[in-house]
Amino acid sequence: MEAKKFIRVMVWELPVRLFHWLNVLAIIVLCITGFLIANPPALLSNAEATNLHSFGIVRFIHFVAAYIFLFIMIMRIYWSFVGNQFASWRAFWPFSKKNWNNFWHVVKIDVMLLNEDHPNIKDISVGHNSVATLSYLVMFFIAIIQICTGFALYADTSGWWLPKLFSWVVPLFGGDFMVRTIHHVAMWTFILFSLVHVYLVFYHDWLEGRGEVSSMFGGFKFVREDRIKHHEDIPEENKK
Amino acid sequence: MSNNNEQRKTYYESIIKQGYSRRDFMKFSTYMAAFMGLENSMVGQIAQSLEKTPRLPVIWEHYQECTCCSESFIRSNHPIVADIILDKISLDYTLTLMAASGHQAEAAKQETMKKYHGEYILCVEGSIPMGDDGNYCCIAGKSAKDAFLEAAEGAKAIIAWGSCASNGCVQAAKPNPTGATPIHKIVKNKPIIRVPGCPPIGEVMAGIIVHVVAFGRLPKLDRLGRPKAFYAKRVHDSCYRRPYYDAGLFAETFDDQNAKNGYCLYKLGCKGPMTYNSCGTIKWNNGVSYPIQSGHGCIGCSEEDFWDNGPFYERTTKMPGFAVESNADTVGKVAAGVLAGGIAVHAIAANISKRKELMDRINRGKDNEKNIES
Repeated sequence: MEAKKFIRVMVWELPVRLFHWLNVLAIIVLCITGFLIANPPALLSNAEATNLHSFGIVRFIHFVAAYIFLFIMIMRIYWSFVGNQFASWRAFWPFSKKNWNNFWHVVKIDVMLLNEDHPNIKDISVGHNSVATLSYLVMFFIAIIQICTGFALYADTSGWWLPKLFSWVVPLFGGDFMVRTIHHVAMWTFILFSLVHVYLVFYHDWLEGRGEVSSMFGGFKFVREDRIKHHEDIPEENKK
Repeated sequence: MSNNNEQRKTYYESIIKQGYSRRDFMKFSTYMAAFMGLENSMVGQIAQSLEKTPRLPVIWEHYQECTCCSESFIRSNHPIVADIILDKISLDYTLTLMAASGHQAEAAKQETMKKYHGEYILCVEGSIPMGDDGNYCCIAGKSAKDAFLEAAEGAKAIIAWGSCASNGCVQAAKPNPTGATPIHKIVKNKPIIRVPGCPPIGEVMAGIIVHVVAFGRLPKLDRLGRPKAFYAKRVHDSCYRRPYYDAGLFAETFDDQNAKNGYCLYKLGCKGPMTYNSCGTIKWNNGVSYPIQSGHGCIGCSEEDFWDNGPFYERTTKMPGFAVESNADTVGKVAAGVLAGGIAVHAIAANISKRKELMDRINRGKDNEKNIES
């Protein structure tokens, strides 16, 4: 059995990790408060409405989380132009032969669970694999839909110009009914995506053993030494 | 119908001739300014332009509708509203209220359309059935479609009264057997004011028509062609029960203590949060009440396709393309369950299919564990 040496590579830079976890937080908060807004629980209280603002607070939290969701999205888009190769927009560009070769490879190996006789280590993506980037692209568009529909519904009660930028969305769909339905249905895609996403992170960590789960905390993934171009150029302390 | 000289009188002259005093006229102008949301100083401008402007001829057409718009209109706050528009002074043709009938009425309409080509205001109440060549609605031997196109051709502007003319309303609900079509989908080259509601509030209708006739131009419209003065806010945002909503105090059923306390009707399917109208501020029947004040949720009658947008007494809206009973949450829960099952199956299959690779790595790891220098 060949000995397999791994070295540590900084894959997810700090802004990417920050984006990821703030996004997690925002999406969880948005989903919970969103469900509460869609179907508020029966509140048993003797207090006068004057002294109670519980539903207003739920909505306030929803709006705050929405702003976080929007601003970190903008930050992440910026970072896709200045960040490393794994954060770059090029990593998400779906129209290349290399991308589709990797896509079918991932479908065969990780979705259909087939085995290869002679695995090529270059088939294992260091950053996102091509199925993942495609799913993130789709989620990115759904996130834009959520931002547009959400801020469109919010715009009317806000005096700020930013939410007002989205006020064209409601007339586009003829009224609030359709906008609300889209907003609600699109939320479910985030829940379904999260299920698959978390499962696949565990799956890769378990089957590839290169720190998939912890990479989103520390930023490091373990990459096979034979994939590094100039081995002799690597500083001694990085070889651990 | 009046003769030509009478028709070119100003509004003020006509109102005085009707027996109203100057004082009544000023009251009317003040009411109108208030409805339009104008500030106090504009009262004088309204009065002045009604004194100076010769009347605009108005043709009021009825197609596929129930005449509730007209009913609402003649009940608006000030009697001059009905007099100025619906009396013969201003209205050249409206088949439900005019004195003339039959050939005379149609002749009057033809005359106005010819004489004031490009000048008259066309008010449309009702949608236009486009199915089967427009045969579902015929007036005076003409289909609604032909009559409308004929009248619209020479109109200066068109006012679409009510949800029928603005959105199609009930008759356009799925499956829309007659092909009921709102007018903005038929005529594209004329300025159209959409005044949705089933019916619209009488004061809103009065405010709009007085704006058009007094200032000779359209009121400020939103992106859907509705006057901003009346349709810029949701009913929810001007609702007097809004504090209960913000407090999280909701009526759970129509007969519980919460409903008696006047709590928010959100959970009983009130569509106020999705409905743009002035019900919360102008109210109905001379400001007496409006649906929510009477203990019933808003049904969203001034919104497009309100009839198809889910049950009136539930919060949920229907999911397009799914069975009637399902809403987004039902579909989502089922999808999440199926997905979780799929994930479990995939996880088991992965461990079976990749067992060789896994065992290799686990054994290597165990070997390494034994060789740790301590």
